[in-house]
Amino acid sequence: MIKQDETIKHFVNLAKSDFSQVEENLSKIIFELQHSQNKGLNYIESFDEQLVLKQLENLRNSNKKGKLFGVPITVKDAIVVKDLESKAGSRILAGYKPQFDATVIKKAREEGAIILAKTTQDEFGFGTFSTNTIKVPKNPFDQNRSCGGSSGGSGGFTAYTSAYHLSIGESTGGSIACPASYCGVNGLTPTYGLVSRNGLIDYANSLDKIGAIGRNTFDSELLLNVISGKDEMDSTNLGINYAVDDYDLDALDLNELNKDVNKIAVIKDFYEFCDQDVKKVFDKQIEKLREFVEVEEVSLPLNVKYALSAYYIIATSEASTNLAKLSGLRYGIQEDVDGLHFDDYFSLVRSANFSDEAKRRIILGTFARMSGFRDAYYLKSLKVRTKLINEFKSAFKNYDLLLNPTMSTVAPRFDEIEKLTPIQNYAMDLCTVPANLAGLPHLSSPIGFSQDMPVGLMTVANHLEEKKLTAFGKLIEMIN
Amino acid sequence: MVNIEITKDLVKKVAKNARLELTEEELERFTSQIKDVILDSFNKLDEIDVSDLEASFQPIEQKNKFRKDEPNQNFSQDEALKNVIEKLKENGYIKGPKAM
Repeated sequence: MIKQDETIKHFVNLAKSDFSQVEENLSKIIFELQHSQNKGLNYIESFDEQLVLKQLENLRNSNKKGKLFGVPITVKDAIVVKDLESKAGSRILAGYKPQFDATVIKKAREEGAIILAKTTQDEFGFGTFSTNTIKVPKNPFDQNRSCGGSSGGSGGFTAYTSAYHLSIGESTGGSIACPASYCGVNGLTPTYGLVSRNGLIDYANSLDKIGAIGRNTFDSELLLNVISGKDEMDSTNLGINYAVDDYDLDALDLNELNKDVNKIAVIKDFYEFCDQDVKKVFDKQIEKLREFVEVEEVSLPLNVKYALSAYYIIATSEASTNLAKLSGLRYGIQEDVDGLHFDDYFSLVRSANFSDEAKRRIILGTFARMSGFRDAYYLKSLKVRTKLINEFKSAFKNYDLLLNPTMSTVAPRFDEIEKLTPIQNYAMDLCTVPANLAGLPHLSSPIGFSQDMPVGLMTVANHLEEKKLTAFGKLIEMIN
Repeated sequence: MVNIEITKDLVKKVAKNARLELTEEELERFTSQIKDVILDSFNKLDEIDVSDLEASFQPIEQKNKFRKDEPNQNFSQDEALKNVIEKLKENGYIKGPKAM
């Protein structure tokens, strides 16, 4: 059960009439941030106290009191923040201080948010455990385990801090849902194109979605409301804003809220792939939900079989072209160019500064796009995507929402992760990749614990049906 | 079906196209890992017939959006050079490696 005083809305209402609330909350979160860094928990990639205090002063003198007035927000490192080092977890972008704010940052600032810090992530989002980077975040429930990836620092810090706070994450194949699940927080990934990608250091243009991580659905949807909407700087932006309704938690009518959610289905192919103890927690939740909604089973045989393959071809193909711009000139790591031919210079900088996983994905993507292979791999995977989207669309003719455990296991230990081959590692994304490949909105809600580690439930909705998703997320939170 | 043998030479060539110089150890390791990914994962798509379908370059239908091509305020030269190291700045320009 979520209580009114736990919500960001409650905090903002207080903050608007009493600025000391903003100051106290900010002091608390800065203290906790520094404490987490001193303990080596590695949620934070960059933090500049002077930039934060400057924002506090601007807010103090501002007449406008927006929807996120005084709320500290952390941001996945791949989303650029003016004057704050932004490197998408990569050594090759070390020292890069952007001259501009990403659109989502601009929108959050306009509503009075305080941009607190950048959070750690797998390099360029290449990973499921936030281990493909230098600063590896540790799970707040067990420091020997992963926070998930690739928005690992965002998930970890949201679970760690006791202050009012929100985090902006980004998902390509499950990078919001996975850390939300492993860290026991709420992760809301919108329909592809609902939130502007302007200012995102891209992983894969046709898959990247910026979204929200918070303590509960009420908070995440408020952030989505602020960051979604029209942006001329992103040609794939749909120009639609996610609207939020006012609410009073003490008088919330769950049936009224879920009036459009009549029939839902568990995706059994994904469910069967999961560990027994994860299934047990999931089953218990489904039983509780049956009191409110009809639950059936559905099978998505093509998605379970082909989504990962199509996803990794598209993702690596797009990544390999995106990363071509990182050549050691203009920003990030730069070396002396004297006497070097440009081919040699670019190779030198790239070879020395990309991690193993980045190199592997660049090679795979370049291979899939090469003359002679392009039709068989890249173009074919785009057609397979059409087929897999059609399979989802058929299921949505019968069901309002589709459900599965977000991740097949609880957060694994780092020594377990080390033993995974790339293929085993990629297979860990089985439950989150299909919805991401299809650009479908999805929500990961914490539903309990197994082995003292959080378990998440993922709900998937049809394109642009975020409202059903958030109504259902609230139902889960209010009946638990 | 693509009939291709994933060899060290091929991986080296692909890496070179992507401006990556691999060490012998990397080449050895990546060749075997990339072979696994291509054979076990990428080639799986051979099983599925999609000849009657259009490619989804985006997951949701997108329409062309046009805006007027008008100049607006952008970075000044100083701002644009803000992230360039001193060694590579020359008379307000960025010094690059040689092209010939």
